[in-house]
Amino acid sequence: MILIEVHLEILKNLLPGAVPTIQLTILGAMLAFVLSFMGGLGRLSRFAVVRGLAGFIVEFFRGTSLLVQLFWLFYVLPFMGIRLESGMVGLLALGLNYGAYGSEVVRSAVLSVPKGQHEAGIALNMTAFQRMRYIIIPQAFRTMIPSFGNLLIELLKGTALVSLVTIPEMTFEALVMRTSDAAHTLEIFTWLLLIYFAIAYPLTMLMRWVERRYSLGRL
Amino acid sequence: MIWDWQYAFEILPRLLKVAHVTITATLGAFVVAMILGLVLAFARRSTNRLLSGVTYFVVEFIRSTPPFVQLFFLFFVMPQFGITMGALMTGILGLGIHYSTFLSEVYRAGIDSVDKGQWEAATALNFTSRQKWVHIILPQAIRPIIPVMGNYLITLFKETPMLLGITVVEMLSQAQIIGSQSFRYTEPITMVGIFFLILSYGASLLVKRIELRMDINRR
Repeated sequence: MILIEVHLEILKNLLPGAVPTIQLTILGAMLAFVLSFMGGLGRLSRFAVVRGLAGFIVEFFRGTSLLVQLFWLFYVLPFMGIRLESGMVGLLALGLNYGAYGSEVVRSAVLSVPKGQHEAGIALNMTAFQRMRYIIIPQAFRTMIPSFGNLLIELLKGTALVSLVTIPEMTFEALVMRTSDAAHTLEIFTWLLLIYFAIAYPLTMLMRWVERRYSLGRL
Repeated sequence: MIWDWQYAFEILPRLLKVAHVTITATLGAFVVAMILGLVLAFARRSTNRLLSGVTYFVVEFIRSTPPFVQLFFLFFVMPQFGITMGALMTGILGLGIHYSTFLSEVYRAGIDSVDKGQWEAATALNFTSRQKWVHIILPQAIRPIIPVMGNYLITLFKETPMLLGITVVEMLSQAQIIGSQSFRYTEPITMVGIFFLILSYGASLLVKRIELRMDINRR
């Protein structure tokens, strides 16, 4: 028999946890988006120093696992006298990690724009900034959208990990609930997965819509 | 002094002692993902609408919900149905299932990239369905996707620290234990980060080389 109260009780505990999950996803995505462009364009810079530095930072954050970065910010930073709120730690780790992945998306999209476009910009006497801003990025952006969509879902999935640094998001709430109500473990975690899917699916649809909008009138 | 070399060397053997857990988890999960991914790819291609539809939904669901939560689901829920396995086995299974959904898409792309003429030729030569797949389609489908699979192996490797959530003592977990004993987190966590960086960056260079080499052979 299905006890409706059990399910209501679970949802009542889990749904407030969805708020920090969504907040982390949106803010993390915004931070990652900005960092993606900084990293991606940095790696394509004319100046070797900028290229090298951006390359190193990107490879560093891509190569050391998200959870290791999260723990590092959480456990090690305080020793250096930097005390961040746990929510900030989670946001920073997610933003840096997915920003590094995103910068590869930006880089390869910019490189995929045909060389003739660059040359046309030069022929029209545009500055390097104008070429990037009006010619290259608008074309490259379209190529980036599907990959950014995938990364957004990855970021959402990554937010579950921040429960380990005591941020009371959805997974954290579920784990707390389970310790006091082990008999309903199956229900708790099934609901948890369903809510994650309920957040992820509209996001996927949204990104597909954005993708369609940007490809309107193009081949 | 923030960094203590003597302490770092002292704990290095303890960290490396559990390196095999991280490696086992990575390779084990990847084998599971490769096999299950192929099964999912075939199920998705099935002419049976129901099987194909259900597979589509299952793949979408698993790949858009956090692997971290899926691990807890397996870890806590399986014993309720009388299935008990060790934490590491659960981890291998959980990560394997999660990544099988990604690999199934990779296989699908590989299979779709095989030229139509190859299928027709196999039919014309009166090959059985089994012969067609084993001797004609799969060898050609798998070759171009090897670099992509290599990248997923690296991604999977970087996801293994999350196994500490289900009590697997892998490298990050060991670092946390060492840290909590001596209350010095800087060295152990940083060293784990470097371990991940070296292996994943090295592996990514290897994948790039394979990719280049295969391109040359092709044309």
